[in-house]
Amino acid sequence: MNVLLILIPVSIILGGLGLCGFLWTLRSGQYDDAEGSAARLLLDDDEPDKDEPVRRS
Amino acid sequence: MTMVAACPGCVAAPLALKHAENHAAPAVVLSLPTIHCAACIGKVERKLNAMPDVDSARVNLSLKQLSVYGDDLDTDTIVAALKSIGYDAYPLDVGMLETRQDSVGRNLLVRLAVAGFAMMNVMLFSVAIWSGATDTTRELFHLISAAISLPAVLYCGQPFFASAWSALRVRGLNMDVPISLAILLATGMSLYEVLNGGAHAYFDAALSLTFFLLIGRYLDHHTRSSVRSAAKELAALEVHQAQRIEDGKAVKTPVSSLAVGDRLLIPSGVRVPVDGRLDSAQALSDRSFLTGESAAITLAKGQQVQAGEINLGAPFEMTATAVGDDTTLRRVAHLVEMAENSRNSYTNLADRAARIYAPAVHLLAFASFVAWILIDGDVRHALNIAVAVLIITCPCALGLAVPAVATAAIGRLYGLGFLVKSGTALERLAEVDVAIFDKTGTLTLAGGSARLDHLTDEQAAVARGLAQASDHPVSRALIGALPDAPAATLTDISEVSGNGMEALWHGETVKLGRGAWLGASFDGLGLKIGEQAAVELPLHETPRQGVDVALQGLRDLGIPPQILSGDRQGTVSALARQLGVQDIHAEISATEKHTYLTELQNEGHHVLMVGDGLNDTASLAAAHASVAPSSALDASRNAADVVLLRENLDDFPLLIRIARSTSRLSKQNFAIAAGYNAIAIPVALLGYATPLLAAIAMSASSITVILNAMRVRFVR
Repeated sequence: MNVLLILIPVSIILGGLGLCGFLWTLRSGQYDDAEGSAARLLLDDDEPDKDEPVRRS
Repeated sequence: MTMVAACPGCVAAPLALKHAENHAAPAVVLSLPTIHCAACIGKVERKLNAMPDVDSARVNLSLKQLSVYGDDLDTDTIVAALKSIGYDAYPLDVGMLETRQDSVGRNLLVRLAVAGFAMMNVMLFSVAIWSGATDTTRELFHLISAAISLPAVLYCGQPFFASAWSALRVRGLNMDVPISLAILLATGMSLYEVLNGGAHAYFDAALSLTFFLLIGRYLDHHTRSSVRSAAKELAALEVHQAQRIEDGKAVKTPVSSLAVGDRLLIPSGVRVPVDGRLDSAQALSDRSFLTGESAAITLAKGQQVQAGEINLGAPFEMTATAVGDDTTLRRVAHLVEMAENSRNSYTNLADRAARIYAPAVHLLAFASFVAWILIDGDVRHALNIAVAVLIITCPCALGLAVPAVATAAIGRLYGLGFLVKSGTALERLAEVDVAIFDKTGTLTLAGGSARLDHLTDEQAAVARGLAQASDHPVSRALIGALPDAPAATLTDISEVSGNGMEALWHGETVKLGRGAWLGASFDGLGLKIGEQAAVELPLHETPRQGVDVALQGLRDLGIPPQILSGDRQGTVSALARQLGVQDIHAEISATEKHTYLTELQNEGHHVLMVGDGLNDTASLAAAHASVAPSSALDASRNAADVVLLRENLDDFPLLIRIARSTSRLSKQNFAIAAGYNAIAIPVALLGYATPLLAAIAMSASSITVILNAMRVRFVR
């Protein structure tokens, strides 16, 4: 039964981490535009950006 | 970005963060109705980020909006840039939009997450207990469950406690009273049991109750807030800039900063922003929003111009006499808002059910408590049973059934172009049995079409030449009806206010205008060349697309349509004949419309009012349910339950069908929940309820109810 003393805190802490992660995503506004986020995956990131020009070697 | 990322999400997440942290309000927000895919996002953002003044630009695909950050941005340049890559953009008034953070919604989500986390952990222990944990292990598990549940329940249940408390304070009962009581009693009693080494604890039940009910609460909030922000967007689309004359030059100024005494320039085709006095010699104005009359009116210098009118003639100047809340338009809007509040006395299905349900549940629990004391005299056992009854009867279905159906229905309708402003609107729409339509702007679109086959080429050319010189909607309709005619070369063109156009053609006077002015026997539009007899140009208003389908569909649903209009008898009956509507009332004022509608309702009819003008607002607010097109005035849109986002009316009957199935599904959901209760309550009353049974009954009924709600998506 001693194993419970380790497993229980571990399971609660892991669950808590998940909760914290969710709260973080919520706070940082990642649910504000669900459709857009889905579509953005398909964007080409390698197109040159205005403020961060790509340096080619 | 040169770093190599393991997955696209690793690149997207920091980018999203960068933008989310950009808390400063965007300088310009535009509505982009046509964006729909990733390529659109890329194209728009790349184009704008390449512009020199723009710090950053971000598209929100869900809202179809573009936020642009930067200093000294010129809206017109941005609109032009977007136009050049093929997107129509409409500037929105940033002040009118909701603040971007939806704090209530987030708050509910946080509580939902905490409840979900606590529920899962406690459920783990509960499963161990149900599988046969005994003695010290059970006590340990119960204690840990209590430690997780107590703070979680107290935190997550707050929305219910607050609402229940506000109802109790005025000696009322709402749905949240039994909910709060069940949650609190279950937690409290379980705690007592645990401390005294009892076998049954309902922590998981209390938490899953909270969890499921929070889902219902969140769905409810989400629908309302997304609809509200869509409505806000419509309001923000209206012109909020006026041209103020400063030192002889017209300067663009926000309408909100206009003051009494300011001189304004009103370009043609633009809506007058404030009440005022006309300074130019004359003006032609469309007052149909206020009176329903489709003919334009002519104003002379010094006459009153009212906010909401549209300038149909040449640009004119005016001096503001009333701004902001003092304008006639706003005063009417306020009256409408007050009328709105009185209609809010309509009790929705869930509340009506709760009124019967709440006392019944409390009585049942109390009765079982008393009965068990009489049977075996054990207060603790009796209390246990009473709490089990409360938990099992807890109105999960009431809290979840209606919002789940309403959310699904409102989402579906939004996709079809109907903006439904509340869940109760659907319930009321389901009950209507008469539909009253306004004519101008609702059944018909501005302008019209003419049948001109009888004109000679010469006449057509002259008519087109005269029509081209004017901005009047009739002229524009005429040009539309003469697509191939070349315009005759005319000289000395002048507009005779209120009558028509006059010019010289090959030395002869040619006139286009009202029959009476031309000396003809007919009343409508005519053309006169020199001394020849005047020719009539019969003009019809164009009905909206799909009107006939919509009206037929309504008849099939048993809702006879009627037309009520402020316009002339002849015009109204012509349209009614075309659409096959028998019941028409023409030339009636706003008050008469309202009286007619109230009389119908007093006879026991449930009236659906469809209208757009200021003369319809009182009727829209008084009707059992009301619909306004998106081109309607702000006041009318506010008064209406549903706003039509599309010009096409084809799907109108579907709105009613979806509304009807929404209320049918809500009732079914109540029946499902009642069915579960009918099985579980006797078990609880007899004292055989276990936490496991409570958990199963609750989850099963909640899930069935949600699945049933999804069926609204398949209504045809």
